[in-house]
Amino acid sequence: MLANIYALLIKEFLALIKDKKSRFVLIVPPIFQLFIFGYAATYDLNDIPIAIYNEDANIESRDFISRFTASSAFTEVLRITRHQQIAKALDEKKVLAVLHIDQHFSRDLLTAHQPAKVQILVDGRNSNTALIALNYMQTILADFNLDWAKQHHLRQLPAQLQVRAWFNPNLSSRWFIVPGIVGLLTLVVTVIVTALSIAREREQGTFDQLLVTPLTPFQILLGKAIPGLIIGVVEASFIILMAVFWFEIPLLGSLVALYIGIFLFVFSVIGIGLMISSLCVTQQQGLLGGFLFIVPAVILSGYATPIANMPVWVQNFTLLNPLRYFLVIVRGVFLEGFSTQHLFGQYWPLAIIGVITLGCAGWMFRRRMF
Amino acid sequence: MPPVNDKTLTLHSVSKSFVSGRAITHAVKNVTFSIKPGHITALVGPDGAGKTTLLRLAAGLLLPDSGTVSVFSLDSDKQSEQIRHLIGYMPQRFGLYEDLSVIENLNLYADLHQLAEKDRQQRFIQLTKMSGLSPFNNRLAGQLSGGMKQKLGLACTLLSQPRLLLLDEPSVGVDPLSRRELWRIIEQQMEQNGMTVLMSTAYMDEAERCSEVILMDAGECLQKNTPDFFKHKMLGLCFAARADKQSNRQLQLYLSQQDEFIDAIIQGDDVHVVMQQGATLENIAGIQFESIEPRLEDAFIALLKSRYKSAVQAPAALAQAGASIVTEDIIQVDRVDRWFGQFQAVKALSFTVKRGEIFGLLGANGAGKTTTFRMLCGLLPVSNGQLSVAGIDLRTAAAKARARIGYMSQKFSLYSHLSVRQNLVFFSSAYGLRNSRQQQRVKWALQFYELEPYSDTNSGDLPLGYKQRLAMACALMHEPEILFLDEPTSGVDPLARREFWMRTNQLAATGVTVLVTTHFMEEAEYCDRLIIMVEGDILTMGTPAEIKRQAQSENRQEPTMEDAFIHLVTQQAQQ
Repeated sequence: MLANIYALLIKEFLALIKDKKSRFVLIVPPIFQLFIFGYAATYDLNDIPIAIYNEDANIESRDFISRFTASSAFTEVLRITRHQQIAKALDEKKVLAVLHIDQHFSRDLLTAHQPAKVQILVDGRNSNTALIALNYMQTILADFNLDWAKQHHLRQLPAQLQVRAWFNPNLSSRWFIVPGIVGLLTLVVTVIVTALSIAREREQGTFDQLLVTPLTPFQILLGKAIPGLIIGVVEASFIILMAVFWFEIPLLGSLVALYIGIFLFVFSVIGIGLMISSLCVTQQQGLLGGFLFIVPAVILSGYATPIANMPVWVQNFTLLNPLRYFLVIVRGVFLEGFSTQHLFGQYWPLAIIGVITLGCAGWMFRRRMF
Repeated sequence: MPPVNDKTLTLHSVSKSFVSGRAITHAVKNVTFSIKPGHITALVGPDGAGKTTLLRLAAGLLLPDSGTVSVFSLDSDKQSEQIRHLIGYMPQRFGLYEDLSVIENLNLYADLHQLAEKDRQQRFIQLTKMSGLSPFNNRLAGQLSGGMKQKLGLACTLLSQPRLLLLDEPSVGVDPLSRRELWRIIEQQMEQNGMTVLMSTAYMDEAERCSEVILMDAGECLQKNTPDFFKHKMLGLCFAARADKQSNRQLQLYLSQQDEFIDAIIQGDDVHVVMQQGATLENIAGIQFESIEPRLEDAFIALLKSRYKSAVQAPAALAQAGASIVTEDIIQVDRVDRWFGQFQAVKALSFTVKRGEIFGLLGANGAGKTTTFRMLCGLLPVSNGQLSVAGIDLRTAAAKARARIGYMSQKFSLYSHLSVRQNLVFFSSAYGLRNSRQQQRVKWALQFYELEPYSDTNSGDLPLGYKQRLAMACALMHEPEILFLDEPTSGVDPLARREFWMRTNQLAATGVTVLVTTHFMEEAEYCDRLIIMVEGDILTMGTPAEIKRQAQSENRQEPTMEDAFIHLVTQQAQQ
């Protein structure tokens, strides 16, 4: 029994590694995606192009402007001198925002009889970006107010908000995204490897050859599942290493907790991959089937958009999605320093999903044999 | 329309090679010939001889690396647009749209050939009537049998009334009846329109019907002449051999080891031998030889064997093994049915196979032989009835029964990215062989099948003949009692087919039972007993001689297996 499964494992790995295409699938896309997501996918805005229209030529206004230009978030790309230029700059997407300083800015600031006026015009076409940019600007404005009040011994506002972000003090979105990639890429690679495995043998006709040997369907299925498990865990480990040593994301929690999660997650995903595979006759169908599962699984996982924002029935639906649980585990262990006792609530659904999907795969596999 | 002169198709020192990775294949080397207008010319040769490449060059689908191809004096490079309207090309697998009906496929190809609306109806009626497809006009092409598909493909190709028809192995996988119909369609078109035909074929009897035969090998055009010329050279060299004391199989083994003979195959009640040029029969005692009419196949084998001297040699070790046939039923099939939904693929099938027999399962595509085969291998459960293999009921102990059978599918299913050795090791472990026993069997397979020089080559990169050997070796690693061979010679040239049967005969001589499916009627001659299946039913069962005798008549003293098949099918249809 063990020797049989060992022979199947050797065959499976040789077939994967000696085939140029499947070797490529295992190595290149994960690295590529890791760097794309790690560097390109970020909610943080840097070097937002802004235009400045300063109608007040005093030292106060220049001081105020320098707070924007000195910040890494903003770059002044245009100096506006006439009112008509504002609309044009925004229309042509030369700038995302225009900072308009009123001609009485310094006077009002110094006399303090009436509020000094600053106008911000934001390109709202991409609402998400506009809101983030506005948020940055308001922060700069608030800081300026505070400092001005201090220097000029004005009465400060009675209550002041002190914001401190826990777990991610600089609110860097990379800290949020990169641990998620561990789940995402492990999902993609494991589903594809398992979804193609049986379909490949069907396509090449080796499946019949396998079925006429004394190997039992259970052994054949195990011979397909174990390589998937090993590849999934290795892939996950590689991305974790990259996250910690390349992207320098702190890993605060227990590795044991993380690996229990990885095992259970890969286990449940293999079941799904093998289910897809046992339905498909060609590799092309396997690949399509894999992506039919992967895309909704990622969208409904909380990877990019919070599950709490989804309609209730969709939220209930996400309970079937293994990636949802795994993202809680991987982010929890990375950023919140979770250990096993915090994560039981995530482990058991994964285990149940795994048992059900693998059971289904086994059943479908036997049925589709004929 | 350009004038049709006698320059129908002319190739002048044409060469074509393909590059894949670092390997360069010279598919066609310096070929020069022209074909006779208004006649059929056959293109024959072993696999990989370059027949398909040559046809694609003639069709203008490929351009030669050097030399010129001209069709009706038009150059295939510069005037390809004009040529396209004059030729019809049917590749091995014609591009039928399986989800369209017969008539929709015809309409589609009529559109592609820009056939005028008013001419269509008449042409469709003519072609469907001729091909016997008219009752199936609205059936989806995907649901047609292999023979019908091929006829529809030919009908689509003939829509534009081509002046030159290029056919690439049109009758592979087609049953004898459909094969005759295909020929009838082609001959009718030739009479009506003076069409010229160039066809590649693996069937020598088909090549014999052509006006001229071009023999190709390894990209070269070896000879071009009439079939009679080829046969004439073999006059006095072909004999039917018979010995009273030996079985035909023993006799064949013996004769094939003698230096005097180039070829020895079982043909009906005799062994058909081809003698070496200049040899005599004086030293061969105890065997009666009767001189017979040579066939084209004899000439073909003689020519090719002179090029590959050592290609087929019977290993001595196995040849001595005496055949002690025990009359014990090793496979029992009792009233077996198989349903696929509403469709009954196999109808109350009953037969038995004895130990050490070569048992044939013949029939056209869709006759139910593959279904029967898959049930016997345990790949498909039976719907009704009893089935036992090596004394084990497949329903109760399938895994146990599987350990005693070997199976080789028609696709030579191997792991293409694994090397020859890795394939052998994997399949032997799958059959439970371990350690020294495993090493010993792997060594045996490499030696017996002459695979040693390829042991580290990926099986996907092997030449077809070697793939077949490796597939057979994999099926034999665990020394099964029964070997199942599913269309083992489909698409394989006569030379490789002989080698394959040689090894199979040797196996049978050691007491292995061999069950084989084939649609080559002539291969039935190699079987001890066979059944012919039609529509899930047994049409007839018996030894090859018994079956052929059923088709004997006044004007047909010695019917071939194909005659017998057609005779029995038409007889049944009449009842």
